This record gives sequence, C-alpha cells and structure tokens, in this order.
Amino acid sequence: MLLDYSQPLEFTKLTRWINTFLTENLSSFWAIFVELVIVGLLLLAFYAVLAMILIYVERKITAFFQARIGPNRVGKYGILQSVADVLKILIKEIIHINRVDKFLFYAAPFFMIVASMLTFGAIPFGKDLYSIDFNIGVFYVTAVSSLGIIGVLLAGWSSNNKYSMIGAMRSGAQFVSYELSAGFALMTMVVLSGTMQFSEMIESQRYCWNIFNGHIASLVAFVIYLISGHAETNRGPFDLPEAESELTAGYHTEYSGLQFGFFYLAEYLNMFIIAAIATTVFLGGWMPFQVSGWDGFNQLMWYIPSYVWFFAKTGLLIFFSLWVRWSFPRLRIDQLLNLEWKYLLPINMVNILLMVLLVLAGWTLTDIF
Amino acid sequence: MENIKQIIVDLLPEAVFEEKEKLTVIVEPTDLRRLIKLLYDNKDLPFDYLVYLIGMDWGEKLGVIYLLSSSTDTSKEIVIKTGTADRENPLLYTVTDFYETAHLNEREVYAMYGIRFINNPDMRRFLLNDDWVGFPMRKDYDGDPAINPVSVVSKDIIDKAPRIMETPEGLKEEIVNVFEPDDYLINIGPQHPSTHGVMHFRTALNGEVVKKIDIHSGYIHRGIEKLSESLMYPQILHFTDRLDYLSANINRHALCMCVEKAAGIEVPLRAQYIRTIMDELNRMSSHLLAWSAQTNDLGATTAFIYGMREREMILDIFDKTCGGRLIINQNVIGGVMFDIYADFQKDVKAFIPYMREKLKEYDRFFSHNVIALGRMVKIGILSRQDAISYGVTGPAGRASGWACDVRKYQPYALYDQVEFKEIIRNESDSYARYLNRLDEIEESLKIIEQLIDNIPEGEHLAKTKAIIRLPEGEYYQGVEAGKGLFGVYIESRGDKTPYRLKFRSPSLSLVSVMPLICKNEKISDFIGIGGSMDYVIPDIDR
Repeated sequence: MLLDYSQPLEFTKLTRWINTFLTENLSSFWAIFVELVIVGLLLLAFYAVLAMILIYVERKITAFFQARIGPNRVGKYGILQSVADVLKILIKEIIHINRVDKFLFYAAPFFMIVASMLTFGAIPFGKDLYSIDFNIGVFYVTAVSSLGIIGVLLAGWSSNNKYSMIGAMRSGAQFVSYELSAGFALMTMVVLSGTMQFSEMIESQRYCWNIFNGHIASLVAFVIYLISGHAETNRGPFDLPEAESELTAGYHTEYSGLQFGFFYLAEYLNMFIIAAIATTVFLGGWMPFQVSGWDGFNQLMWYIPSYVWFFAKTGLLIFFSLWVRWSFPRLRIDQLLNLEWKYLLPINMVNILLMVLLVLAGWTLTDIF
Repeated sequence: MENIKQIIVDLLPEAVFEEKEKLTVIVEPTDLRRLIKLLYDNKDLPFDYLVYLIGMDWGEKLGVIYLLSSSTDTSKEIVIKTGTADRENPLLYTVTDFYETAHLNEREVYAMYGIRFINNPDMRRFLLNDDWVGFPMRKDYDGDPAINPVSVVSKDIIDKAPRIMETPEGLKEEIVNVFEPDDYLINIGPQHPSTHGVMHFRTALNGEVVKKIDIHSGYIHRGIEKLSESLMYPQILHFTDRLDYLSANINRHALCMCVEKAAGIEVPLRAQYIRTIMDELNRMSSHLLAWSAQTNDLGATTAFIYGMREREMILDIFDKTCGGRLIINQNVIGGVMFDIYADFQKDVKAFIPYMREKLKEYDRFFSHNVIALGRMVKIGILSRQDAISYGVTGPAGRASGWACDVRKYQPYALYDQVEFKEIIRNESDSYARYLNRLDEIEESLKIIEQLIDNIPEGEHLAKTKAIIRLPEGEYYQGVEAGKGLFGVYIESRGDKTPYRLKFRSPSLSLVSVMPLICKNEKISDFIGIGGSMDYVIPDIDR
C-alpha cells in the first residue's frame, strides 16, 4: 500500500489491474493478444499525437529564435495549428507521378514510418510504461532505427528524379557513417552499465546518472551521441539529404499528401527517439532525481511521476536539437563525412577503450565513492 | 588621353574621331580587333575592362558600340563604334578573347540585332528562343504577335551551339555540343529556391562536383529596352525600378541623371541630399537582403530572418517618405517627387546606432561560425584578372581586389563631398564578398551620418518642361548600384523618346562568371557562391 501513496500518479497500478482482469477472464493466449492490441493502438495514437505536439512546439520555438510570432490563428496561441495541418494533409491528393517505380515509390514511406515506429515501441516512457523490455534493448534500437534509411534510399531511387537521387545518395552516405558513431557511443555506455537492457540500465543509474558515472568518457560519448544522433535524423545542420536550397526537397521531392506526411512525421519522431534514447542511456531515463541516503528527499522526488521526468529530460534534449538546427548553416557533404570519419569515429574508438579502462580499474564515480 | 588618341592615329590613320564627351573612334570591322589589341596591350593605361557592349541599328548600318575602360583608372574611357551595312548576314569579329564578358553580350546582340560574331565559340541566342522569328531591336522589326505566337508547348532544350569560325580556308559554320554525350545533367532552375529568380543553369555533374554550367536566361525578359524606344523619358523611369528591384532607387537615379545631363537640368541641392541619402538607405537594404539570402543559401534560416528584420526598418522609412517600400518612385527628372517627412531625420538617426548594434550581432552570430567559414573561405575564388575580364563590379569585384567603386572614381550626386572608405579585399573568395557587404553597410551609415544633419532648405524639384526632348547625341551615366556598376546609355535623335536606350546591368556580369568560379566546386557550394555573388534576375533579362 505504501506504493500507492508514494507514487500516486504512476500507471503501474492501472496496467497491473488491466492485466489481472484480462488473465482472470480470458485464456492466456487471448489475454496477451488483447494486451498487444491495446498497446499497439495506444502507441500508434501516441505516436501521432506526439508528432503533432512536436511540430507545434518546434514552430513556436523556432518563431521565438527568429523574432517571429509563429502560428497564432488556429485556436488560442495557434495551439490547434497541427491539428489543422494534419487534417489538410489527410485530405490532400496523392499525386501519381509518371515513370516512377510504382511499388517501391509507394512502399518507401512505410519503411520510414515502420522503422521509427519499431524504435518508438522499445522506449521506456516511465516506470513500467514500456511495451517490451528486451534484454538486448540497446542493440534492438540501433538495429531497427537503421531500417529507416531503406525508405530514404528507395524514395530517392524510385522517384525518377535527379534531385531525389542525389538527396538519397547523400542520405545513404550520411546515415551509414553516423550510425557507426551513434552505435559506438551507445556501446561505450553499455560497457559502463554492463547491460543492454533498458530497465537494468535505468536501475543502475538510480543514484548516479551514467553521464556523471563515467565522467570524461561518458561526457565525450554523450556529445558524440547527440551529434551523430542529430545527423541521423537528417535535420539541420546535417539536413543535406533534403537541403532545400540545393535539392528543393531532396529524397521526398516527388511525394505529396499523406505519403509526404509519413516522411514528415517520421522526421519529428526520429528527433524524439534520439532524444529519448539519450535520456535513457545517459540521463537516467524516467528515474526521478535520487540522492543516496536522503530518503525523505527521494520520496519527495517520487511524487513527480516518472514519465514527467522522462519527458522533461527528453524535452530538454529536443530543445538543444532545435537550438542547433536553427543556428547553424548547413555542412557540405565532404565536410560532413570528414567530421565523422576523421574526428568522431577515431575519438569514439579511443573513448570506448578509455571507458573499458575506467570500468576495469574502478575509476567510475560509483566505484570511487 | 591625348596620348591615346595619338597612338590610335598612328595605328589606324583612317579612323574617324567624333567630338563627344568621351573619346569616340569609328573603325571598320576589319580594323576593330587590331585597335582593341593595341588598347588592351597599352602599357601605361591598359584598356582591359569592357564596360558595355551595345548593339545598334543606325538605319543605314548595323553595329556595335564598345565602351572600354581601364581597370587601374575606371574614369578613363574610350568609345569604339563599328558597323556593317549588310543587313542580311551581318558579321563582325568577336572580342571574347580579350573580354570574357563579351560572351553573353555578343549573344544578346545576336538575338536582338542578328549580328553574328566570327570566332565567338558559342553563338546561340541569349534571352530569346532559338526559333524566334526576326530580330526585335532592329528598327524594321515586325512585332505582329502572329509571327511569334505564344507557345504553350514545352520544348526540349537542345544543347547544341552554332558558331562561325575563321579558318585558313575562309569562314566555316559549324555546330558544337555544349555538353559531352554522357554528362549527368541537372537543371538548376528555372523554378528553384536558390537561383533568386527564374534563372536556369544547366549543370553537368560529376557526382557532387560541378563539371560545367550552361546559363539559360530570358525567362523574365520583358523587352524593356525595346519598349523604352516608344516611351517618353518620365515613363521610362518606371522600368528602371523593375530591373534590379533591390536597388530600385539607385537605378532610377542613374536614368534621371542621364536625362538631366542631356537636357541640362539643374537639380536643387536639397534634392541631391535626399537622393544620396535614399541611395545609401537603398544600398543597405540591398546588402541586407544579399546577406540574408546568402546565409539562407548556406542553410541558416534564422540569419535570413534577422536580415529581414533590419531591412524592415529601412522599408518603413521609405514607406513614410513616399508610400513605396521596395520600389519607391522617389527620383524624378529634376529632383525628387516627394520632400522628406517631418521626422525623417529623427528616424534615420535612430536607425544608425541600431544598425551598428545589429552588425555586431551578425558578426557574433554568423561571421565566425565554424560551419559558415568552412562553406565560404577559399570557395568560389574569382581572381582580380577574371573579375576585370568579366566586368564583375560592386562588392564582388572589390572582394577580388579591384578598386571599381563608381562613387569614388566618377563621383555623382554628393559622393565627392562625403568621406567614406572603399572596401577592398584581396582574398577573392565567397567570404571576402560576404564581409565586403557587411562593411559597406557600415560605410553607408557613415555617409548618411555626414549628410543627415545638413540637408539644406529649398526646392526639392526643379521645374522641367512638360515634354522633355533630349538634344541629339549620346549620353551615358553610370552609378554604383547594390550589385555593381549600373549604367544607362541613351542615344537621342532630338525626339521625346530615345532612339536607343541600353541598361548596363551589373548582374549579367555576376552571373556570367558563375561557370568559371563554380567549376570543380561541390553542388552545395555552387548555391553558396551564387548567394555570395548576389545577382538579381530581372536585371539580367531586362
């Protein structure tokens, strides 16, 4: 009963109750089936809503950066702007382009959205608020998030448009390169935590976030992860695949209506996913701020529900990402690849060795104190 | 200059000299190249800068007028005229091997007058379609719409260039391919976010690297020069605003001065002050937009909006003065149409410190950004020699180390009474052009500071006749517009309309140099360099 008072706003009790209710009334197969359907629907709905919120937030924040007002016509403070945009995009005609590879052309947006959806499913949003807790969570996330590039390449290839083609080729080179750095940065943290499972990772960060625990090596990994993650999302200053000033809209030039909407949604969600993974791996995930020994204080922190912590940390990282996007000019493709192969990757490799050394020698903060 | 005249007489004793404001020589087509070579190689004062190249239809003759100048002293000018009586197949010799800027200009003359240039490597029509019937600028042109109906059919671009070459066996007509057969071509433009208008670059790529660029222009060609021949001078004024719309007021100033000079109209001092201040405000707004557009081309959208924010204040001042914002209709023949409003001085004086503050902000925000430097430093190098040969003036020319500011070397209005620095850099890259514009904003502020408190009382508009007729003759006036030297050439036969009117556009030179400086750069840098050159398309097409 202590749990109820100490964590009043968590969903733990609700999910447990649904689970008990279903298993009592149905056979175990159907119980799991119904649970899967519910989780799937919830995730889908949340995915769409989150994208809308992110789009609105980005537009408002950008407006603030650029000395503008931003959306302010639909609803108070333009709060319904995204809803209106979604409605518009839903009813827009999907233009059929001549001489495209029809099958691949229509399949490409689904690759994008499915890849980001798959990653989205594995993120722990709060205490017991995840759909699945793989014991190889980090590996899974890295693996499925890289599926998105197939969508980009297919889109560029099948559009039968030279701009799209150049955009897709750039994107391919960029994605493959930065995937490495992002993977290495995550690996560094896996070395530190000793696990690939998100739940255990978060638990291990209860009193000391990974970013502090592995001090130098963690900090380097964190910065590299943010850079390469940002690059993976194809957003400025790494937005070469769509570089509107050269390639009009890059790989999705020929897309319209909902198909374009898929690319657009996936872009925003990828931004969120990168921030969410960084939060989970480096900043203690949904775990409230805890100090070892200060039981009263810890108890107080738990009154703020875990998902609020999660979204606050993620939101901060998203804000950083927006800040970078709207401040910097775009890199050139050779500069982009130079940055990765000549700087980030070697640093990363040294860093992972450093982290192994720290862990083996017992120089992490938790070991020292 | 007397000494130059002597040299010419020594070379061509039969050359005819005309008593004009500028030293004018009329030569036979066969002597043209000898004369130009002589002037080009002249030791003391090499005439290595072709200011303009104008096609002419004198009635009995078709011909070309060249205005040559020296890069070391742009105030020294010499006019050369040549022509042929053959109207069926007029042929002249090219000067493209001396002056690169002649390439596009000679192609324009071919499109407008049908004069072909022997040895020009690419004799396609510029601005007009290849299948255009007739030569519009000729006096006997039939403008019947039935001859050249508006086509609604999309035409493929054929990358084949005819030319006429001189060989030992005589003249030989041939057709060459512009691109190699297996080039990977993309069309940048005519509808493209970063060409700053309807410009069309056919670009051959080698991966991401630009191999060759072919310029197609004329998508916004309105035939302003032809239209002007049937309009009175005050009516023509409105066209100047529609050339380089970003320096609308400065362009208009040029035409006003040209007409005033020809008609002998004295402009009141108050009008001179207002014109100079307005020109400098206009220049700042042009440079601010150029800065914004360049940052936007490099992918920094926020910087773009910052530039617009400051430009808005200038536009507000324009708005309050005469109601216009982009195109302000302020200059008229004899002065300015509207006097300044009561708080004009106060507003401008408030703007000066504000703008200085913002220039510092630009510096902090963008000028030293590591990505921005990577995209601009040592990119798009335009050597001084090429800048002169292509006639690239303005901030871009001065970034290549060429002192070519008209305000300094051929001062007009009040520019000889104010102190300002001509910003010259020798790095010759995109970054030098970028910095030049920001520094020129500062110089413009200084000029305005010197004038704003001293505006004398008096008339702002001289009385002129209802119908202005210019005495017979040729008149030319150049001004320093936002992009470079903007010139107006008028040939009058004593009517209320000009016999020939030509605008020397700075943007044509800027765009003609793009294939040279973008070669072997990445396609992203091609866009970035385009931003640093800052051309305006209606100024090219006219």
